[in-house]
Amino acid sequence: MQDQATITLTINGLTYTRAVDARLLLSDFLRHELGLTGTHVGCEHGVCGACTILMDGRSARSCLTLAIQADGATIETVEGLGRMSDLGRVQQAFREHHGLQCGFCTPGFLMTITDMLRHHPLETDDAIREALSGNICRCTGYQHIVDAVRELARERGPLT
Amino acid sequence: MKPARFDYVRAESIAHAVEALAGAGGDGKVLAGGQSLMPMMNFRLVKPSVLVDINRIPDLDRITQEAGVLRLGALVRHRMTAEDGLVARHIPVLHAAMKHVAHLTVRNRGTFCGSVCHADPAAEMPMMTLLLDGTIHIASPRGDRTMAARDFLVGSLSTALEPDEMVVAVDLAIPEDGTGWAFEEFSRRHGDYALAAIAVLMARADGRMRNVRIAMMGIADTALRFADVEAALEGREGTPAAFDEAAALLQAAIQPNSDLNASADYRRHLAGALARRALAEAWQRTGETTGGAA
Repeated sequence: MQDQATITLTINGLTYTRAVDARLLLSDFLRHELGLTGTHVGCEHGVCGACTILMDGRSARSCLTLAIQADGATIETVEGLGRMSDLGRVQQAFREHHGLQCGFCTPGFLMTITDMLRHHPLETDDAIREALSGNICRCTGYQHIVDAVRELARERGPLT
Repeated sequence: MKPARFDYVRAESIAHAVEALAGAGGDGKVLAGGQSLMPMMNFRLVKPSVLVDINRIPDLDRITQEAGVLRLGALVRHRMTAEDGLVARHIPVLHAAMKHVAHLTVRNRGTFCGSVCHADPAAEMPMMTLLLDGTIHIASPRGDRTMAARDFLVGSLSTALEPDEMVVAVDLAIPEDGTGWAFEEFSRRHGDYALAAIAVLMARADGRMRNVRIAMMGIADTALRFADVEAALEGREGTPAAFDEAAALLQAAIQPNSDLNASADYRRHLAGALARRALAEAWQRTGETTGGAA
């Protein structure tokens, strides 16, 4: 039993070892301890989706996850998707379809969509909208985000 | 919006987990999916002195078929229940209900048993556990016990679980072959908490309704079964008049709350509309093979 621990985890392919308070949220660990500020913090109670990351390959709210829970886990954040000079495919699709305006919600959308493309059939716009429904965007009206995902799903083809 | 300080225990086994809960002096909490507990901790509505993380306990993430039931372990996530072949084949009404549960990312983490323990009056899991005559498997340092779901769910966010106890699994009764089913829910946005929902099971024999089961949520402090309405439909023909009558009985039996999302009157109206629809739908489906044959 402890209120602190040393954790080791893999984030975007790099291994980090840090001492953390048990109560430290994964979102704050990424931003404050590691400087990975691409993961945004909106509501801090699991409603807005801005802090979405991938933990062991599936999307998770980093504001509803303790850093200590991620000990031994493989984490992916928006920083792992691409760079300004070399955007990843999902980021590129957002750029082409104007899938963002202010950009605050965008990292969460990009990570949710990464999970969607890996695991979900996304055969219809309804299915795409349903899968996106846990992420809130107050700028775009979602249409351009749906357009981007539709193109990405078409490129990917059916799940095998 | 950060949790208060607590001691953290990564439980290696069920015995380890309940020992840690017993040592917490009454305010330990089990962390499974964390999709309800963590928001409450972030708001400091809940401030456990000890947080017992059960996510690494082996073998709790299983859905298995036992005699007449499906058993869902404490780490079965909503996504697993929604995609599980045994659930789809044997309890199609649960398969249908899972489509309404939360959003993709929350479904990745949230657990069936955790939701039953959280006992939110507008969540699907407690209601489906009541509908399916659920049995709750409970462990503590004092030994194991089981409890019927109707005794377990006490009120809003309130269960009969003792501070040193942990739910290790929930059993859901597999409906007999030919059972008709329906699940109807109304929420403002898909995946949000429902304003009201109803689930119905019924068999048909000699053109009449048998073994009718009705559960609702969003209409009281807890999900409810309606034994009187179920009894009133027993042996009746599945006609619109019978369904109207049952809907009126349901509306008279419930005492919904008014809140920001809907008035009590509106919820009562919804309950009647959803009930008529669900009863007719379940009746239509009677006679279809729902389990066991494959």
